[in-house]
Amino acid sequence: MTELRYLAPGTLDEAVGAFAKAGSAARILAGGTDLLVQMRSGVLKPGVIVDIKKIPEMTTIEQAADGGFRIGAAVSGMALHDHKTFGKVWPGVLEAVNLIGSKQVQGRASAGGNLCNGSPAGDSVPAMVAAGAIVTVQGPNGRRELKVEDVPAGPGRTNLKPGEILVSFALPPRPAGSSDAYLRMIPRTEMDIAVVGVGVSLTIKDGTVTAARVGLGAVAPTVLLVEDAAKALIGSKLDDAALAKAAAACSAACRPIDDKRGTIAYRTKVAGVLLKRTAAIAAKRATQKN
Amino acid sequence: MAKVHVTTTINGEPMEFLCEPNDTMLDALRGPLALTGSKEGCASGDCGACSITLDDRLVCSCLMLAVESEGHEIRTIEGMAQGDKLHPLQQKFLEMAALQCGICTSGMLMASDALLKRSPDPTEEEVRFWLAGNLCRCTGYDKIVRAVMDTAAEMRAQ
Amino acid sequence: MNLVTNNKWIGQRTIRPDGMDKVTGRAQFAADTTMPGMIWGKVLRSPHPHARIKSIDTSKAEKLPGVKAVVTSKDIVDFTIEKGAVMLGIQDMRWMCRNVMAREKALFPGHPVAAVAATTEAIAAEACKLIEVDYEVLPWSIEIDDAIKPDAAILHEFNKFDGKPSNIAGRLEHKKGDIAEGFKKADIVIERTFTTRPVHQGYIEPHACLISVAPDGKTTIWSSSQGQFMVRAMTSMLTGIPQSDIRAIPAEIGGGFGGKTIVYLEPLATILAKKSGRPVKMVMTREEVMRATGPTSGSKSTVKIGATKDGKIVAAHGTFYLQAGAFPGSPIRGAAGCSFTPYDVPNLLSEGYDVCSNRSKVAAYRAPGAPIGAYAVECVLDEVAEALKMDPLDFRLKNAAKEGTKAAHGPTFPRIGYIETLEAAKNSEHYKAPLGKLQGRGVASGFWFNAGGESSAQVNITEDGNVVVTTGHPDIGGSRAGIANICAELLGIDYSRVSVIIGDTQTVGFSNLTGGSRVLFASSMVVTQSTDKIIQTLRERAAKIWEIDPEAVKWEQGAAHPVSPNAGQFEPLTLKELAEKAPAMGGPIGAGVQLNTTGADGGFGTHVCDVEVDVDLGIARVIRYTAVQDVGRAIHPGYVEGQLQGGVAQGIGWALNEEYIYTREGKVDNPGFLDYRMPVCSDLPMLDCIMVEVPNPKHPQGVKGVGEVPLVPVMAAVANAIYNALGKRFYALPMSPPKVLEVLEAPTQQAAE
Repeated sequence: MTELRYLAPGTLDEAVGAFAKAGSAARILAGGTDLLVQMRSGVLKPGVIVDIKKIPEMTTIEQAADGGFRIGAAVSGMALHDHKTFGKVWPGVLEAVNLIGSKQVQGRASAGGNLCNGSPAGDSVPAMVAAGAIVTVQGPNGRRELKVEDVPAGPGRTNLKPGEILVSFALPPRPAGSSDAYLRMIPRTEMDIAVVGVGVSLTIKDGTVTAARVGLGAVAPTVLLVEDAAKALIGSKLDDAALAKAAAACSAACRPIDDKRGTIAYRTKVAGVLLKRTAAIAAKRATQKN
Repeated sequence: MAKVHVTTTINGEPMEFLCEPNDTMLDALRGPLALTGSKEGCASGDCGACSITLDDRLVCSCLMLAVESEGHEIRTIEGMAQGDKLHPLQQKFLEMAALQCGICTSGMLMASDALLKRSPDPTEEEVRFWLAGNLCRCTGYDKIVRAVMDTAAEMRAQ
Repeated sequence: MNLVTNNKWIGQRTIRPDGMDKVTGRAQFAADTTMPGMIWGKVLRSPHPHARIKSIDTSKAEKLPGVKAVVTSKDIVDFTIEKGAVMLGIQDMRWMCRNVMAREKALFPGHPVAAVAATTEAIAAEACKLIEVDYEVLPWSIEIDDAIKPDAAILHEFNKFDGKPSNIAGRLEHKKGDIAEGFKKADIVIERTFTTRPVHQGYIEPHACLISVAPDGKTTIWSSSQGQFMVRAMTSMLTGIPQSDIRAIPAEIGGGFGGKTIVYLEPLATILAKKSGRPVKMVMTREEVMRATGPTSGSKSTVKIGATKDGKIVAAHGTFYLQAGAFPGSPIRGAAGCSFTPYDVPNLLSEGYDVCSNRSKVAAYRAPGAPIGAYAVECVLDEVAEALKMDPLDFRLKNAAKEGTKAAHGPTFPRIGYIETLEAAKNSEHYKAPLGKLQGRGVASGFWFNAGGESSAQVNITEDGNVVVTTGHPDIGGSRAGIANICAELLGIDYSRVSVIIGDTQTVGFSNLTGGSRVLFASSMVVTQSTDKIIQTLRERAAKIWEIDPEAVKWEQGAAHPVSPNAGQFEPLTLKELAEKAPAMGGPIGAGVQLNTTGADGGFGTHVCDVEVDVDLGIARVIRYTAVQDVGRAIHPGYVEGQLQGGVAQGIGWALNEEYIYTREGKVDNPGFLDYRMPVCSDLPMLDCIMVEVPNPKHPQGVKGVGEVPLVPVMAAVANAIYNALGKRFYALPMSPPKVLEVLEAPTQQAAE
């Protein structure tokens, strides 16, 4: 009855080939926690599913000698959690990936899938943006790199070209005194889509913030890199005035909608509240590591 | 369109079945495999009633294609007891009235088992957050959490 | 806690008989069953909130390969509106026949208009898309205020209120004394208006059935329901198949809470099975459950309470508007009848208005109507107590109903346990515990009628001396365990020797719905009477063997004994021995009883709730909860606690996050567990229970119904706790974060009026 074809290639080249060949009828399958829901609800009716989990580059995590990480796009939240050092270096990215859905979902869901699904509320994305992740994609015309914040194009859309598959995330080596955090506002304690999500990455030296990045999710058609918020934090000692300025920058950056998950007014206010809390956690972690 | 033939291992036994490419693992379990212990509450990964393990990792069987099970190890509620010997969690759930209608129970037990394997000494908070993906509408979760913690304590003592 | 503990089995936490199957995945729920030759049914549903159905063309669907049958309203028995009500319990079959399949009009998005059976689910779904329906789209309204506007589109033209076609389908009132005079005497009068949203019962198991109809019309129904006799009766009335030809078997049910006390799929699957000659299985998706089955009413209530400065309530007036959905029948009886009942109010007017609108027909939800009414009344009581500078429990104690109080809905109370619940709450550790920053404590009470009603049971002694009890009600709470406790206690044998099963409509006598907190009350009455008859038989058989008078034989600890040494020196005769001798001694030992049980007493509860509020995000969390309830007699304390805890959890969801959200087109925007936000495990604390036992003198074991009361006080307890934490009152549910933040940031408090 169905015309669906399921493919599970063992190499990236095969995957790109099959994916590109099938054009708009194809979908990539990593954890499936978005794809299968969309298929069941009838929103998507793919003709070809390309399962990338047999490709080693997609499912491995490597730490380079310089301390940087390369995370395969299909690595599940649980696998990331079980890695011996990743969570110590990037606690914010780890907690963000592991806030997606339930423990069952985290057994499968991946940062790659979360990013490519294009939801403005995807939990892992603000943390990846704050981390300054660089993604590698491979397509019919070869490999290229993008800043993670340049991948989302709008609700449900990315800037990946036809036939391109997200391969991995590269996270840079961490200077001493660095850490990150992710917080989201949800009405319950778990299992909700983020009403607002904030990722903050900081480097602190002698009490002063020397580097900062702020990612803000669920308040605009794409996740935002809020440079004004980072500017307000850099050079400060995370005093109340600096935090207030950064919070205001987050609220100002909001272009949210009213929907069944939150109102414009609520999201705008919460963005500022969360910025302060997230920055405080990142700072505590950064200075504890010193 | 022809069905796909899948060979997998379920509860330690090699098994084969036929399915459509877009069937979920839950469809396959409840259909051709006749293992109806895993339940469908939502088909969207929000209730956990379909929880199984895939290579010892806790997942929702409704969020996995049946064809993906090829070459992997699946465990379901039907494999939790050993013959007529119940798993300590199953026994404790019975003793502590940690179930009423029972529709969430298969998933709760699979999820609780997965937790105790990773974390033999969980706090109440850890248990609650681990089980957040398993909805129960009958019990208010109180007796379930107590049963999991009591089982953990007993298993540690052994 | 004053539980009786000198019984061997009553009051013990035994292992429930159905438990083993449920923890091993072996229990058969309706969707787990298959029959040879089974095909699948799917429903085509209206996309419009309100539309006249001008024509339905199923010809293309019928031609699709794999399709075996199609059903439209032509195939369902019509209960003509003009001929008047045809009642089955509280359901009017004129609405039931239209609810299972639209006739003249589609009245809500999701209203069934046709159904198809085909060899696979996918083909059935495909066939539904080929059915062509010509709709004349009509204006619609969902919210009460919109539905009662003078220019609102009327759902049912025949329905008149004040002489004009109206969406107000009914009104009821309870009256006592003269409220105008009463309010004159009051020193404090507080009047407030409250709104609540529709909420769903939220059972995790979607509706499902598997139905086979033989060529001679003999029908077997396997379904998830709260009443196999209701399933048989409704299916019979809607399909024309005589009841005696229908065997309705209750599968294990994965939650009901009232939502499965009517049929949705069974009549459709029956006709599909009849037409196709194949067994038909139909299982709702979660989306269908949320769109097309009945959540409870949204509501608008105004409550005015007057009290003298020494703390006596002198007058109260409640007006409760409840949504009925597409057809008349909202639970105004519960709202108007229960909300003031815990109190001795000399002058009272309690009015309920039943309002139709274009959303799915309301279905019962755990003490239907009472939680809605109690939310309003218990919150106003909190304000009155505060104005009087009285502790809220003391205020309730001063006005508590007791033996001799005449309730507004009619009865004069016998000995009741309400005051005991207030006292237990007041003396609890919880009530004395200190509170921290941004934490608050609230209390509330509640009442529910509880029901008796028809029940049948058979108790049979097996040839090897054990017991099989067949009862008539689906078990949604643990009633099988309670029944086994009672039967083992009465016979004086080990619990493990009693098997309790639930019969189907062909194997057990008529038994009314599982609902109304009545199953253990009613079934234990008939089981007790059956067991008493068996004990009488056993005594007679022993007497015959010993050649003494049966009056000289007693039954104790599982055996017949002479009442005293004077009666004779005889070794006791055990159940096993008498069972073995049964064929020679008069035949099988068994008894059955069928009764319309009476004597059910209402239930009372008092709850204490602590919350903590994150004021920057508006998130309120329940951090401690104690439910006190007069449970009559806790036959199985674990499952009585389970009822308290389950009701509390549902109430917390209703108070904080659950609500039906509609799009601008009038469709449900959150028909799934992602955005219909029921409490998850991490949302709740441990839920403490204090079971007060004031035994019901009209029941052999003192049982009172317990299942529904626990939901009644919860939303008010949570709202009063949030007020205690924040100093702000909430007059609308749910108290979700954006609403809490809005109230916190509002410049002034909502004024009365």
